[in-house]
Amino acid sequence: MLEEAWTLSPSVALRPEPFGALAYHFGNRKLTFLKRRELVALVRGLDEHIDVRAALTATGIPEDQHDAYAVALRGLADADMIRPRTATTEDAR
Amino acid sequence: MTELAERPTTGSLVQQFEYGLDAPICLTWELTYACNLECAHCLSSSGRRDPRELTTAQCEAVIDELQRMQVFYVNIGGGEPTIRPDFWHLLEYAVDRQVGVKFSTNGVRITPERARFLASTDYVDVQISVDGATAEVNDYVRGPGSFDTAVRALANLQDAGFRDAKISVVCTRHNIDQLDDFKALAERFGATLRLTRLRPSGRGADVWDELHPLPEQQRQLYDWLMAHGDRVLTGDSFFHLAAFGESLPGLNLCGAGRVVCLIDPVGDVYACPFAIHETFLAGNLLTGGFQQVWQTSSLFAQLRSPQTGGACASCSFYDSCRGGCMAAKFFTGLPLDGPDPECVQGYGELALAGNRVVPAPSQDHSKTAPTRSQPVMLTLTRREEIDAAPVTACASNPLAGYTLPRSLARP
Repeated sequence: MLEEAWTLSPSVALRPEPFGALAYHFGNRKLTFLKRRELVALVRGLDEHIDVRAALTATGIPEDQHDAYAVALRGLADADMIRPRTATTEDAR
Repeated sequence: MTELAERPTTGSLVQQFEYGLDAPICLTWELTYACNLECAHCLSSSGRRDPRELTTAQCEAVIDELQRMQVFYVNIGGGEPTIRPDFWHLLEYAVDRQVGVKFSTNGVRITPERARFLASTDYVDVQISVDGATAEVNDYVRGPGSFDTAVRALANLQDAGFRDAKISVVCTRHNIDQLDDFKALAERFGATLRLTRLRPSGRGADVWDELHPLPEQQRQLYDWLMAHGDRVLTGDSFFHLAAFGESLPGLNLCGAGRVVCLIDPVGDVYACPFAIHETFLAGNLLTGGFQQVWQTSSLFAQLRSPQTGGACASCSFYDSCRGGCMAAKFFTGLPLDGPDPECVQGYGELALAGNRVVPAPSQDHSKTAPTRSQPVMLTLTRREEIDAAPVTACASNPLAGYTLPRSLARP
């Protein structure tokens, strides 16, 4: 995953909260909690970087934590909170 | 104003929720106190419209604010919300602003035409209230004809292609044995079953003693939820049952003023939908908006500060049930830092047997004169020792009690 390009799903809204953020998916109505502010910054920044690793570095997350963040992102992907960035989404930007 | 304790930045989600959120996750908005029914256990003592009811423009302003606060959906109820003439307009207004709507109705206005409209919308959930799987059990508390109305609404929704309506059931002493029947009813209409707890709030206070599930029924409900809970919604209603052992799915936390609250038809904001009483009134949104009430009310600050377990602190189950439901305690006259009246460890019964004063209601919109919709909470029964219709002795034998004079008797 670290070498792939990802983005926040178009049907997801992030609401800032003191502990991080609340992510709501308007399509499947799932509510997910992002419990760390670093994770929120990372998810918001996915779109602006060539791959996940670049987004992690830009968010200032130490390299030894990259794998743990990849696990968290995988969980978000399972709920369709984030999606792989495809050529189509690239074109749409 | 109570000073908030320093908020920790780490800790479990439940701990974070106890300190409150910037906006509610689950907001209930009762649009009107007017209702065509007069359910015996109505949480909001509904019946008559309040003349101060928010206008259409005021309701639109509330929706605009909810959109700004990113409240992603509201639970709309009442009273019967669909009898507000602007109900369908407000529904579209909200959905168009990314505020999803889940509304509770007794089904009275879910005509085939409205059902088709609902099927064409996205982001709307419909919840039909049914408190018995048969007309007999349902109409006993919801009033004559209410079961047929609800079933007709479910049929209209299904025929229109509306998917996954919810059937919302308040669990009572009379319907706990019907849990499987409710599930079958939901399956028949392609709906999802939602079970919630009977609260002694509003008119519920008058009938709670008669209707709340008995201790062994609490266990029956818990076992049923453990077996079927993954496909049944509960609105996190039964966290007091967590003290039976394993927690039920959900947050298992009292969200009052922390993640939930209630806006009533006149714009008063209460800590939760089951606590319509001045004790839990945080403010009115007409003064400075909803956000101001949510974020600055001293009542909410207090509810978000760390709570002590009180009399429950020494109970080994306190961490599972957190002392139960605040509203259930308040409306049965029990201390808020003691056991829930339906505490499954039995402490509730002890508390109920002690000295307590049930608080007087602070508002009541019940109809002043009963109508034909009023439930008749009487059960016709017969005396068990009688096994035949009463008859006079001579109806069974024309000569009953007659003995022939000795002179006429044959030798």
